[in-house]
Amino acid sequence: MTEGIARIWRNQRDRYNLIGTHCEECKNDFFPQRKICPVCRRKGKLKEKQMPTTGKIYSFTLVTGGPVGFDYETPYYLAIVELDNKVKILTQIVDSDDDKVKIGQPVKAMFRRIQTHGEEGLIAYGYKFKVV
Amino acid sequence: MKGRDVYVIGAGMSSFGEHWDSSLRELIVDAAIKAIADSKIEGKQLQAVYGGCMASGLFAGQEHVGALIADYLGLNPLPSTRLEAACASGSVAMRNGIMAIASGFYDVVAVGGVEKMTDVSTEMASTTLGGAGDEEWELFNGATFPALYALMARRHMLEYGTTEEQMAMVAVKNHANAAKNRYAQFQKEITIDTVMKSQYVASPLKLFDCSPLTDGAAAVILASGDVAKKICEKPIKLIASSQASDSLALANRASFSSLRATQIAAKEAFTQAGIKSKDVDVAELHDCFTIAELMAMEDLGFCEKGKSGKMVEAGQTKIGSDIPINTSGGLKGCGHPVGATGVKQIVEIAWQLRGEATGRQVKNAEIGLTHNVGGSGATAVVHLLKKDF
Repeated sequence: MTEGIARIWRNQRDRYNLIGTHCEECKNDFFPQRKICPVCRRKGKLKEKQMPTTGKIYSFTLVTGGPVGFDYETPYYLAIVELDNKVKILTQIVDSDDDKVKIGQPVKAMFRRIQTHGEEGLIAYGYKFKVV
Repeated sequence: MKGRDVYVIGAGMSSFGEHWDSSLRELIVDAAIKAIADSKIEGKQLQAVYGGCMASGLFAGQEHVGALIADYLGLNPLPSTRLEAACASGSVAMRNGIMAIASGFYDVVAVGGVEKMTDVSTEMASTTLGGAGDEEWELFNGATFPALYALMARRHMLEYGTTEEQMAMVAVKNHANAAKNRYAQFQKEITIDTVMKSQYVASPLKLFDCSPLTDGAAAVILASGDVAKKICEKPIKLIASSQASDSLALANRASFSSLRATQIAAKEAFTQAGIKSKDVDVAELHDCFTIAELMAMEDLGFCEKGKSGKMVEAGQTKIGSDIPINTSGGLKGCGHPVGATGVKQIVEIAWQLRGEATGRQVKNAEIGLTHNVGGSGATAVVHLLKKDF
């Protein structure tokens, strides 16, 4: 359901570069970015932080029925990856052999096309991960 | 529960299913008329309406559902409000009705829930329901709802040894119950084979692990103790109403094999009522996917963490066991019109406690529980009801 160009544009920087936030008070990392630390609230001191681009598969599924905009993708692996700083992130797993997509497998982030809205529609980019 | 006593004095629902001949408004009017007639109140005694509906804008192009309900029930100029909490919309509407009476603001209110889901393509329905999660960081990346629950299921399987067969048994039980409920979407029993041989939607979840797309509505009439005792022969008392929130996105949760919002809402509800999970005689749990019923059994305290698969395998949640779960057929068998589900659960428990659940009646049921989840667990609502006649 991503139709406005600005909707995709405003998240580009964080999606392309895996930028989240770090709280200097409680030392927790967060992705996506937050304006308020959910642990410290007003006492929190948040600043932008680049997330690690490597991690391990925490859980995964092979999606055979995708939502609107994923016509060219289905079926695809969707996973929760635990990044090296313990932050979890939902992402597709691509360019990987089926037998390698399993819990605990090391993965790394890549820049990829995420959604295509029809032949002349918007193309949205972001991160996907592959098994290393 | 704080405040004045609150009672369910009337209950009704439309049949659940693919209703090509019924629109959003026809469904909720059908359910509401049945609830009002069941309560024996006059329409003019109603003071307010609370309606749960998740996504009528995307499913039917219709917003402002509160006004629609009051208008088509002939209840103008009563205040009528729509509430939304994804698949827990119905329960959240219920809570608002309860609080309105408990606070003394009103004496009699109507609570409804409705969703018309089958006028759009499956792909569009999948996108619409995806909005119950985090649109910018989950749905954007292709996360459907079966996918989110599949990610939880795989962790539950890894951490506790839960099997696909045990998940299948939840579907078999709920279809068997649904076959005894004339309002249910599915009227046929299925076997473990049916589930195991159905296609994967998001591995390890298969088509028969998933609740269907459903059109339907449900409604109840709530009243204060004074009114209930005066006009109702079989009043059902609300003894707890609790709600908790958690992170919108699954990735931000500490555990994938339990829902923290359910655990917290459950604890709060049992404290309010002064009872324990073992005191519950019949329960309607949120089984949007089979794994969800298993996790809910554990999070609500019906079994130890990780033991739900074995409990279902032993048949300990069937009608006739100590804790019959989803006698209506649940979301899986009865159907899941998302905004209506929370209210339908109350309707089923009211029928069970009144001894009117023909064909699937739990013997001597005194206390019932409803558990309704929004999204992948960002909202959880628990209600406890008690027979009071």
